[in-house]
Amino acid sequence: MSHSTNHIASTAITPESIAQSLASSSDLPDVAVATYALGLGDDALVLAQRLGEWIARAPELEEDVALGNIGLDQLGHARSFLTYAGSAFGKTEDELAYFRDEPEFLNHQLFEQPNGDFAQTIAKQMIASVYFVALYRGLAASNDAMLAAIAAKAAKEVDYHLDHCVQWVKRLGLGTAESNRRMQRGLEVMWAFADELFRSDAPTDSLVALGIAVSPSSLRPAFDALVPPLIVASGLTVPVTTFTRGGGRAGLHSESLGPLLAEMQVLARAHPGASW
Amino acid sequence: MTSPGDSGMRETWPLWEVFVRASRGLSHVHAGSLHAPDEIMAVRNARDLYTRRAEGVSVWVVRAAAITASDPDAKDSFFESPQGKEYRHATYYTESDAVPHL
Repeated sequence: MSHSTNHIASTAITPESIAQSLASSSDLPDVAVATYALGLGDDALVLAQRLGEWIARAPELEEDVALGNIGLDQLGHARSFLTYAGSAFGKTEDELAYFRDEPEFLNHQLFEQPNGDFAQTIAKQMIASVYFVALYRGLAASNDAMLAAIAAKAAKEVDYHLDHCVQWVKRLGLGTAESNRRMQRGLEVMWAFADELFRSDAPTDSLVALGIAVSPSSLRPAFDALVPPLIVASGLTVPVTTFTRGGGRAGLHSESLGPLLAEMQVLARAHPGASW
Repeated sequence: MTSPGDSGMRETWPLWEVFVRASRGLSHVHAGSLHAPDEIMAVRNARDLYTRRAEGVSVWVVRAAAITASDPDAKDSFFESPQGKEYRHATYYTESDAVPHL
């Protein structure tokens, strides 16, 4: 690997720079904005944790690195959102990540779903990425400067995540009979959780009215314009669901979140304040 | 001679060589190799594997099997011939004072 690393003078927003600017600021987010940021942070954190489960288990070494990259990007988004959210509650990003229990997590249920096989992970990540691309583009124009800055940086990264997933949906859909079957199954499993991403709730709606939050229902057309045509062009069938899941923003979760949190939190809880 | 891309069918994905250009004005330089099912995924894998630390502004990939290389066993006849032929370097000219910027 090349060692001619370009050490670009970084002006990119980081969790550390956010914490630093908030420490000396009297302009902290109110509880409504902080709770919104917490939901966004939990979405990214839980999905990143799931992607981390692929490390050393992906079908190919190259895909191992690709999924790890995507997961680390999302962990970065989570850290930024949680740092911002925590400033309203006097908590650090670590305190929010490691010392909240299941009902206090506000992530949408899609993100906590088990990885399943590779196709199922790609189905979940594709749906998630379409959502993130539309969400972060909208949020980059938020009246809340910090949310806008975090979203503007994240938007470039999720563009790439979406591209990666689109490539794989096509290849698995148009590959062999077995890869097609698995990709179709992945879509079927994840489809019931897509609707929740675009469901409005009262706290978000009041922030939408202030130009701070992005209306979830406003993101639906972007999903409908991209995903069904992609599925059809990949030789797959758009799933039909008769019921949908949801409630993550209110702390309602599927049975999958508990074990995920147990694994994520065990070390920090067994050794509070440990560092290396 | 075995082709550089021939994996003896042990790999399901072909091998690709990756060339990265560090910045505008420089040439693409060989950075390493990777496996990918096709050229589109090869470029993406190259981005993930070889530009993680802002090493590049452009990436090329080429199937290793498409590269024709010189024969390592023939390196004497291939590369030792220039030795002792210093006249191939234009070092014996004297610079003229009348020609600036030489």
